[in-house]
Amino acid sequence: MTKKSRTLSLKQRGLMNFEAIMWLFTRLSALGMYALILFALTGALVMGARNNMNFADVMRWAFMPNVSHVQSTDLASTDTWATPLWKLTASALLLLATAHGVHGLVVVADDYITGERGRRYVRLLSILLMTAMSLIGLWLIWTS
Amino acid sequence: MGLKRDVSLSTGLRYRGPAGYLTFILHRIGGVGMGIFIAMHILASFVGGRFGGAINGIYENWAFQIFIFFCVLFHAINGLRITILDLFPKLLDYLPEAIWIEWAVFIPLFGLSVFVILKTALGG
Ligand code: HEM
Repeated sequence: MTKKSRTLSLKQRGLMNFEAIMWLFTRLSALGMYALILFALTGALVMGARNNMNFADVMRWAFMPNVSHVQSTDLASTDTWATPLWKLTASALLLLATAHGVHGLVVVADDYITGERGRRYVRLLSILLMTAMSLIGLWLIWTS
Repeated sequence: MGLKRDVSLSTGLRYRGPAGYLTFILHRIGGVGMGIFIAMHILASFVGGRFGGAINGIYENWAFQIFIFFCVLFHAINGLRITILDLFPKLLDYLPEAIWIEWAVFIPLFGLSVFVILKTALGG
């Protein structure tokens, strides 16, 4: 009997096609997002979130460390929350989440749209969506 | 080459696999939920003005916060479980145990969060 695929190591299974590469990317980007979110959460606590913010505000910042997410809090000044370090962190999170999320939507769509033409439209649409969301998101982060 | 579906869509939606089916469908709902929310939120912030403000106003509502936090927290915790088991496939033998651990982490975290969100929202 051939070995069940789940007992094969990643190397033995091979990563030869786009879907397999994106399978790995989905998991690695998940770990990357975890790192960035924990970094933003730690940063918020260091910068005084404990005294000046409620739980929802801290979570909003952790999942997207953009200064507009803390503007309605009791912070005296948001200067330290709008540094290039945080804008870079937010940009990295945005790009990872957009690529991960849009590819995830393609995976979901493929379960319900099985025709060749339909799948081509899904892919075209996903590339447009990913580009538009990344560019608009970056613009919002760097102008706010 | 288009794939041919063996069952109807409604049968597909009613399918329940042997293990992890609930986590699968909740992961999917959470992922799609976040996708729609984040896309609308980015567009609303970009457009701004009265229309953007009205859309973003929905997102500040406590009921919406509870829904989206469910999506985010479940997807993140379940996603970590998927990632760990997929990258170390030997652990897949312990899938049921892993799912139990996942609920033991998710339920207290989400319960506490809902409590705090409600307490803030209802001015307690
Ligand atoms: C810490 C954050 C996140 C983690 C750990 C995570 C983890 C994962 C993992 C491991 C998968 C693969 C599931 C599978 O193949 O069975 C996945 C799928 C998916 N993710 Fe995420 N994700 C995160 C954030 C996001 C965000 C922000 C979005 C939306 C913008 C998103 C949308 C999706 C979608 C739509 C899928 C496909 C679901 C499906 O195939 O049923 N994820 N996620």
